[in-house]
Amino acid sequence: MSEVRKIDRREFLKRTGQAGGGLVFAVTFGSACQPDVATEGPVAKASASVMPNVYVNIRNDGRVDIVCHRSEMGQGIRTSLPQIIADEMEANWDMIDVVQAIGHEKYGDQNTDGSTSIRRHFDLLRNAGATARDMMIAAAASTWGVPAEECVAREHAVHHEGSGKSAGYGDLVDVATGMPQPDKATFKSPEDYRYIGKPMDTIDGMAFTTGGAMYGIDTVVPDMLHASIERCPAFGGTATGYDEAAAKAVAGVVDVIRLPEPTSPPMFNAQGGVAVLASNTWAALEGRKALAVEWDRGANATYTSETYKKDLIASASAPGTTVLNRGDADIETDSTFDAIYYAPHLSQAPMEPPAAVARMNEDGSCEVWACTQDPQSARNTLAGVLGLEKEQVTVNVTLLGGGFGRKSKPDFIVEAAWLARETGRPVKVTWTREDDIRHGYLHSVSAQYFRAGMDADGKTVSLLHRTAFPSIASTFAPGVTGPSGFELDLGVLDSPWDVPNMRSETCEAIAHVRIGWLRSVCNVFHAFGAGSFVDELAHLKGRDPKEHLLEMIGPPRKIDPADDGAKYTNYGQDLEQHPIDTGRLSAVVEKVADMAGWGRKLPDGHGLGIAVHRSFLAYVATVAEVSVDEQGRPVVRDIWICIDAGTVINTDRVHSQMEGAAIFGMSIALHGEITARDGAIVQGNFDTYPVVRMSETPTVIHTHIMASSAPPGGVGEPGVPPVAPAIVNAYFAATGKRVRELPLRNMGGA
Amino acid sequence: MAIEFELNGEAISLDVDPNMPLLWAIRDIAGLTGTKYACGKALCGACNVHLDGQPVRSCAVPASIAAGRSITTIEGLSSDGGHPVQVAWREFNVAQCGYCQSGQIMTAAALLERNPDPTDDDIDLAMSGNICRCGTYPRIRQAIHKAAEDKS
Repeated sequence: MSEVRKIDRREFLKRTGQAGGGLVFAVTFGSACQPDVATEGPVAKASASVMPNVYVNIRNDGRVDIVCHRSEMGQGIRTSLPQIIADEMEANWDMIDVVQAIGHEKYGDQNTDGSTSIRRHFDLLRNAGATARDMMIAAAASTWGVPAEECVAREHAVHHEGSGKSAGYGDLVDVATGMPQPDKATFKSPEDYRYIGKPMDTIDGMAFTTGGAMYGIDTVVPDMLHASIERCPAFGGTATGYDEAAAKAVAGVVDVIRLPEPTSPPMFNAQGGVAVLASNTWAALEGRKALAVEWDRGANATYTSETYKKDLIASASAPGTTVLNRGDADIETDSTFDAIYYAPHLSQAPMEPPAAVARMNEDGSCEVWACTQDPQSARNTLAGVLGLEKEQVTVNVTLLGGGFGRKSKPDFIVEAAWLARETGRPVKVTWTREDDIRHGYLHSVSAQYFRAGMDADGKTVSLLHRTAFPSIASTFAPGVTGPSGFELDLGVLDSPWDVPNMRSETCEAIAHVRIGWLRSVCNVFHAFGAGSFVDELAHLKGRDPKEHLLEMIGPPRKIDPADDGAKYTNYGQDLEQHPIDTGRLSAVVEKVADMAGWGRKLPDGHGLGIAVHRSFLAYVATVAEVSVDEQGRPVVRDIWICIDAGTVINTDRVHSQMEGAAIFGMSIALHGEITARDGAIVQGNFDTYPVVRMSETPTVIHTHIMASSAPPGGVGEPGVPPVAPAIVNAYFAATGKRVRELPLRNMGGA
Repeated sequence: MAIEFELNGEAISLDVDPNMPLLWAIRDIAGLTGTKYACGKALCGACNVHLDGQPVRSCAVPASIAAGRSITTIEGLSSDGGHPVQVAWREFNVAQCGYCQSGQIMTAAALLERNPDPTDDDIDLAMSGNICRCGTYPRIRQAIHKAAEDKS
């Protein structure tokens, strides 16, 4: 595939700041993340152009701007979104320029979260491309005086077969200008796709490999101050004293400003603390060290993980609130088996920590540049905090150096904007890694109780599942005492098990830190619990885990949780269109088992583990092969993943998301653990919060995408949930040791 | 105090506190943002640059170390993105979010300078100081092997 818009040497130097030896005092964005600076759209003012809709701008030189309204954080949306539009509009790939949208409701939903970019926008984007194509056809037909039906669009031009006439898209811009924008158009037939379903090169490949890619942390605005913020070790505490003079005595420090106290509930607001503002990042960090802030840690100072864990397990061990009920889960059975699973808090730890630049303009408006997953919520939050109208706030979206849910929350942008207003100068706020790990929005700690009842033949006839974890809802509402709402969709209400008597309950858990999303959210621990428990049942019954898993899933059928009294929202999409289809679930199990050679003779000390999970409307099964080293630590030798995500756009990015999910899941299984002591997070950097490194990673992650014409499901998140249970199950197969608490490194070490 | 050194082949003089980590001198003072901050403690390799051809973690060395020497950042690895490592990175579409890749590429380029035909174990050893949270390690390995082939 051709590289989109090759960068010439001069542009390269300009972009990377090498011209003139180095100093860059301008907002510098390469095409790697060119923000849409005009609120009316990304129109290139230099040349005439026409916009069939907000996503497409056709220039009279033939080049086509495609607006990417979703945030790029590694999932490849800046490539796959244009693939859809360009395919439908019959545009040539080498004539495409991708323009990053600002946060604006005219683009529709921009919240890049929940693996929604394709699954919820496929038709919208196809329509954007198809209507653009029809506009070009209408312009050509009107120029030639022929019926539009006789014209076809192909390879960036319109052709009229009868007369043999052709006109390139650029040549049709003048005629198309002023023509009505078509609302709807017919979509192409899938067999005619040129880009959809194909492996396409990453559009930002050149920028990624030359240092030209611009992230939030890379934004430079003239006269900008650099800020670093010391925050209370426990969330919600207050500074009782600090040495402002000592901080100001550090060379380069310009100002020390105390931020407003955190709100309760925390929402997306800043969390207080003391900011040091300086002429460069290092001076701000040095000034911060000199602050020596004294804290009243406040109500959450009691939060200590050892104690909390006991309480959480006790909560999950007692009856809770029933959220799903089928038959009678308390029915008397021949035998029963129960187990409790525990998983700790996690931090998203994207490689780029939260960072944002804000500037207050003379007219009172505010402009920010940020690595945000959700520019519209950032805009609304900023307007609220600054007392501005939304129209006075512009949110430019940079590339994200990883997101994983952390950058859905604009608190760090709020900090920058607030400090910019206080100082009257543009301010860049850069979080350190320690800030990120200690002061973010953590993935919930969780405890789950499972109990199964078996009949005399060993068939599972009853199942009780209880889950207890501090809810994300606690971040947004007071008085939240446990899981609720959408969180139960993520592996509680959508259980695929073919068990006639089943009950799910939620149990109380209070939050003492800010709780937020992490890639695949509650599916992480729910799949760990269910995937481990079902494997335990297989071994208890002396059954092959894969065959037993298929038996637990049962015959192909479509499950409606409402039949069991559950309020299930199916990731916001129609259950008819996106059913819980146990046939597809079993199919990925069969396929991944084939890929891994399930049942083959393994080297001594090796074990295979399998798990499957449906999330974000996609079905993923994983097999892991695990052995142990001389110290008894688990070694993941191999991973196989099979995904059925329905229709997929960029097959290469789907493979890469599965590879990444395997490694993200390995970090969760082997290493991930955040704990609190007296309200403060104990871990701080990649030494105390290790993530998987290359030496721990299998040489190849084997991935397979099921061919499917079903509507698109999610891709970014669904790969993660089955990884940890597959590894834990493989560790059991290798060692005979069952691990019911994550991470594995606590069980003899990883 | 001005520190004089060569940055990407050009003589440069930076007026910075000699104790400022080289990373921040490169990013905030010289204005080259391709070199990334991610841990600040020499734990992740996102800030790797070449000091007289050797990889160093710029977050963990003072700017003064550069005096009279030659620093190469990702922006200076090649004039046009044509270094074999950069080319192989694009061929395998290694990057996901891309943030750690400057450091990965600089580490890989230094590896191939001292070991033109590394084994998987050599690669693991050289690259395990570089964290990628997106999980691009398998493709990084493939790309290094390919770059080694292309160089030879």
